[in-house]
Amino acid sequence: MTFDVDIAKTVSSGKRHFHLRVKFQSTARRTAIYGPSGAGKSLTLQALAGLLTPDTGRIAFDGKLLFDRDSKVDVPARERRFGYLFQDYALFPHLNVRQNIAFGLTAGLRNPSAQVGGEAVDRWLRTFELSDVAAQHPSELSGGQRQRTALARALVNSPRALLLDEPFSALDSELRDRMRSELDDLLQRIDIPMLMITHDKDDLARFGEATLYLRDGLISERPAPSLLRASPSSLHAV
Amino acid sequence: MDSAWIPLALSLKVAAWSTAINLVLGVAVGLLLARRRFIGREFIDAVLTLPMVLPPTVLGYYLLVLIGRRGPIGAWLYETFRINLIFTWQGAVIAATLVAFPLVLKAARAAFEGVDPQLEKAARVLGLNEWSVFFRVTLPMAWRGILAGVLLAFARSLGEFGATLMVAGSIPGRTQTLSVAVYEAVQAGQDSVANVLVLITSITCIVVLLSAGRLVPGRVAQ
Repeated sequence: MTFDVDIAKTVSSGKRHFHLRVKFQSTARRTAIYGPSGAGKSLTLQALAGLLTPDTGRIAFDGKLLFDRDSKVDVPARERRFGYLFQDYALFPHLNVRQNIAFGLTAGLRNPSAQVGGEAVDRWLRTFELSDVAAQHPSELSGGQRQRTALARALVNSPRALLLDEPFSALDSELRDRMRSELDDLLQRIDIPMLMITHDKDDLARFGEATLYLRDGLISERPAPSLLRASPSSLHAV
Repeated sequence: MDSAWIPLALSLKVAAWSTAINLVLGVAVGLLLARRRFIGREFIDAVLTLPMVLPPTVLGYYLLVLIGRRGPIGAWLYETFRINLIFTWQGAVIAATLVAFPLVLKAARAAFEGVDPQLEKAARVLGLNEWSVFFRVTLPMAWRGILAGVLLAFARSLGEFGATLMVAGSIPGRTQTLSVAVYEAVQAGQDSVANVLVLITSITCIVVLLSAGRLVPGRVAQ
């Protein structure tokens, strides 16, 4: 069993309340959670990573309990050892590419130096062809380079699983296809479990070894009727 | 012109201490108000901003009531440590700190609210504890805004008059700061002394304001 999730969370903003009720188990190496925006995908992913505390329920990964309301288990985000790719990458704007990648390798109160080295950092810089831009800041990078930097940062301290929040939504369509292939190749090489949330159906074919559908805070294993109508095989658009 | 340098040195000492205190207090409270949601948050913000709008003499009066020999804090300090703050330069530091505090608080709160919480989350997932997140992500992203407020607070402390005069008095060489010395010089008809003091004060404040102005735009150093 890889992911074993059964959580509930109510999020309120002003007078609006959003109820998230997510329950799934997945043993697949690649799991995709598909849903329209506002369905609660990001909340689910953040709960897995420990960035959001569910009201009730439990979360386990590889048989290890990460959160359990009843027995008061709540492993902090920093100890869950998940690699997390944020939707807009959340690269540190005050650090260069090298420092961003090395960020998680040191604890302590000081950021790594601008020339930080080390076998892992250099290896990921090479893997993602970032060596030439290693001294640049995120604002100077192209979209693809930003995503590669964020991926390298997430992978550098050998996470137990990779959590991806709409990884391709910030890219234009051409680049999106290329980065899909890159990620596909990478996952085959490093072989760690991956969980992706997406509202792009094209991601499902490639990364949805197991696919779950999230709608209005509720999860199901079958797509909503509207998605079936708009499946890639049919010609009429939504 | 020895008589001008002594109050300047005292003013700088008072302003430096009050700025250092406000840096710590203002950043801590600013972070609290920016990141924690609790009942009465805006009320606390309003109360802590009062020194910016209240007449300094009113603040000075409050301070006398609180830290004077018969005030609740003053009496306790005297009974326990034999410390008296009234008519001392430390009293002037407290007056200047109180008056300038909102400037650091406002700047720090705004600067922290401008830091994308997503970046802090990214740091947590990467294995950092809360102290490391603060010193490696939050503070580097916010320091420009904070520093601008701190410089304004320094300039404000340097020019503090009303509350300082009420709490610390005007003892030449001990509690007579630059702004108080200007007042005394004019009262005594020493125009040449007043001219020099006014010029020194103006130049110092212009330098501080120019430095603050350079720091305000842009949140992140690149």
